[in-house]
Amino acid sequence: MPMMEMRGITKRFPGVLANDNVDFDVQAGEVHTLLGENGAGKSTLMKILYGLYQADEGEILLNGDPTVIDSPTTAISHNIGMIHQHFMLVETLTVAENVALGLPSSRGALTDLDVVSDHIVELGSQYGLELDPAALVWQLAVGQKQRVEIIKALYREARLLILDEPTAVLTPQEVDQLFETLRQLTTDGRGLIFISHKLHEVLALSNRITVLRQGRVTGQATPAEATRESLAEMMVGREVKLAPDKPAVQVAEPALEIRDLEVYGDRGIVAVEHFDLEVRAGEILGIAGVSGNGQRELAESIAGLREVTKGSISIAGTDVTNHRPIEIRDVGLAYVPEGRLKDGSIADFTVSENILLVDHRDDRFLNRGLFDFGAIREHCQGLVDDFAVKTPTLETPVRSLSGGNIQKLILARELEGTPTVLLASQPTRGVDIGAAEYIHERLVAQRERGTAILVISEDLDEVFGLSDRIAVMYEGRVMGIVDPATATREEVGLMMAGVSPD
Amino acid sequence: MTQAGASLRVSSKYLAYLVPLGAVGFALLIGAIMLLAFDASPIEGFRALFRGAFGSTDALIETAIKATPLLFVGVGITIAFRANVINIGGEGQIVAGGLLSTMTALWLPDLSAWIMLPAILIMGFVGGAIWGFIPGYLKAYFGVNEILSTIMLNVVAVQLMNYLLRQPLIDPAEIERGTRIPQTERLQEGADLPLLFGSDRLHIGPLLAVLAAIAAYILLWRTPLGYRLRAVGQNPDAARYAGIPVKRTITLALTLSGALCGLAGAVLVFGSEGHRMVTDGSTAGFTGSAGFNGIVAALFGGLHPIFTIPASFLFGGLLVGGISLQRAVQVPSALILALNGLVVIFVVSTDRYRQRLRDQDARRDALASAGASSVPLAADRGGGGEEP
Ligand SMILES: Nc1ncnc2c1ncn2[C@@H]1O[C@H](COP(=O)(O)OP(=O)(O)OP(=O)(O)O)[C@@H](O)[C@H]1O
Ligand SMILES: [Mg+2]
Repeated sequence: MPMMEMRGITKRFPGVLANDNVDFDVQAGEVHTLLGENGAGKSTLMKILYGLYQADEGEILLNGDPTVIDSPTTAISHNIGMIHQHFMLVETLTVAENVALGLPSSRGALTDLDVVSDHIVELGSQYGLELDPAALVWQLAVGQKQRVEIIKALYREARLLILDEPTAVLTPQEVDQLFETLRQLTTDGRGLIFISHKLHEVLALSNRITVLRQGRVTGQATPAEATRESLAEMMVGREVKLAPDKPAVQVAEPALEIRDLEVYGDRGIVAVEHFDLEVRAGEILGIAGVSGNGQRELAESIAGLREVTKGSISIAGTDVTNHRPIEIRDVGLAYVPEGRLKDGSIADFTVSENILLVDHRDDRFLNRGLFDFGAIREHCQGLVDDFAVKTPTLETPVRSLSGGNIQKLILARELEGTPTVLLASQPTRGVDIGAAEYIHERLVAQRERGTAILVISEDLDEVFGLSDRIAVMYEGRVMGIVDPATATREEVGLMMAGVSPD
Repeated sequence: MTQAGASLRVSSKYLAYLVPLGAVGFALLIGAIMLLAFDASPIEGFRALFRGAFGSTDALIETAIKATPLLFVGVGITIAFRANVINIGGEGQIVAGGLLSTMTALWLPDLSAWIMLPAILIMGFVGGAIWGFIPGYLKAYFGVNEILSTIMLNVVAVQLMNYLLRQPLIDPAEIERGTRIPQTERLQEGADLPLLFGSDRLHIGPLLAVLAAIAAYILLWRTPLGYRLRAVGQNPDAARYAGIPVKRTITLALTLSGALCGLAGAVLVFGSEGHRMVTDGSTAGFTGSAGFNGIVAALFGGLHPIFTIPASFLFGGLLVGGISLQRAVQVPSALILALNGLVVIFVVSTDRYRQRLRDQDARRDALASAGASSVPLAADRGGGGEEP
């Protein structure tokens, strides 16, 4: 008997059928992966299981008993835990306080944080989740915050653990560590539900795979019989190219030149130094590196969002060092930022309003100084169709789109027109395989039109598949520049870890 | 629970407009109890209140005139709030607008009405704008909390007003007579606000205020500038990313907000029965506390310029009708003040409450996933707001 079984789950949102008669179950001791395009309904199904949404139809059976899960509290009392991708931690509290939050104390009115801390350390050593219980959450790195979330669930004795895109924010090393932990959890008889867009992860971790498309279950597979290609095809409903075709392009003069750049990070520590780079018109230069080695600061300084303390940046021969963001955009920079909800979009604005984020002062959308809503609608509908952004209407607030669709929306906005330089940070993070293919095609097409493209990515597959040259970044500097046609992943991997190529 | 939570969340848009009405109802209820405590009949009292506010043409005119500064201020507050700036400086900005327009009329006595009227309105606008610009600039470029700085500037404005009206701007006749009432001479007739419908009291002020509300609506939702104000208010990081000058926009938001309050000042001077500027030493003596009551009107109107129109008229009616109530049932005038205060407290606290709900979203989600036993509304947020 499965430890959990969902039968005939249907969930409607205004204008969207998010889940359509879905059957899904988990056995004790297995990892069951949910795979599907952006907006396929994976998160919705999981939120129903965790009691955050109520299904319109269908039932949930726990160990064979039909159970109503009407809130996360109920879910937790049935030993269900969920690790959301956007962490639900209180940043100003310590690890132990976060874990204890909402739980009764063993000492009644007095806190029992010492007991909690001991137990955290215990769980940590058992599952490879080492953490300092007294550390403040805001000081933790992303991977550590995720550990807190997992510990929180284990502390509440979760037997069934839902992990919604846990790897999207992790470095490859952190992913390996996480997988170690997860495997250990299954050997203890726990059931895991795993969501990821990265097919090699899915193949490495899963016991079973269920594919959702447009809210319906469209296929089942096991890693033994499936390949990345077959999974991709099952998800998207057609064959998917995992690496884009790249016609040869005559590269021209440098469009982006960075000389001896020095930039400081948020904590006042130098994040980028002695950094030199050239990106030529018509080439894609990929920056590989473990996140936290200055990539974000580099991107922000190019976009004019972070002060350059030394060195220079120029675009198409124009010096833009420490210019205002709008001036840099006017020279021809388009920028896809890493934080899609922090910088890239305004959650409470509508889809159209978000498309206008940069172009809202453009004459095309104005009629005697007032917005021309007809022209705006036409433009936005065009981009939404073009990038297959799944949204019920153009007036839907971006907050209610699925993660990958927000990403597509930002790309649609930034790829419009022909920028001189395109700077894309983690362009396909959180987007599904079909959308990633499309985004890659668009980047390649943009390259053919003579845009100089700088892609920052932690995904080595992406960097190798897309780039004409790869620059490896380590501790704020360029470790070396390699040709993806001749370099191996091992070489690049070593350079990412700070080992010089020679 | 989640289902109820979800539907609650959806309907909270409409609730936003119902909650303040409930607050007024509740304040009236407590008012009724207070009336009973004074042995007065609440029914009679409230009937007098309604009649005094809306029961006759004269009452309606009085209400409209009382509502005018509330509406100007309410619209100004709304603009600032949309940019996530809180303007508590309406009082000082009204005074600044009143003073600058008054000085214009005093120092340019020979202009024809056609130039004079626009000139005093513009100078009212400018006076308020200056008084809004200062805290706006301080907030944007030096991080000075606007709530504190606007309140301080209220104090500065009233001192300035008292000085100017006692010394340089005082009516020369007051000095001759030795009475020295701190007021200007009757300002030139060319600057009197034109009257409407042959009335001897109803001037164009209410009309101007309604036009200002409509203009603010168009500004906020139909123009690039309004877009920038709202973008900065919603997500300054994204605004900065998009190349919107965030600091300049914040400064502008408070400047515009002050300018609208300044217009209220000009209308208060040139639409007054005495056609002069007078001080009793306090700000409220000149503004009738419109700088604060306008905030209530704005919250009452859900911080939407169009809904602020009926909200201001309702609140203006309450202020006017309160006087009738007092006369009708013979209670101390302090009771009327208390009643108004109650409305303010209820509207503001329910609004604070609504806002707190929104602010605590993150925290509540944290609690929800931690499984706290009493989570007020479930975390039914965006489909995959998958951002760390
Ligand atoms: N609260 C909501 N209100 C309205 N629509 C919603 C809401 N939550 C999800 N949706 C819609 O339901 C559909 C499924 O969304 P869901 O978040 O489950 O997708 P997903 O499979 O997790 O996608 P992704 O891989 O991009 O995270 C989407 O079309 C989304 O826009
Ligand atoms: Mg999702």
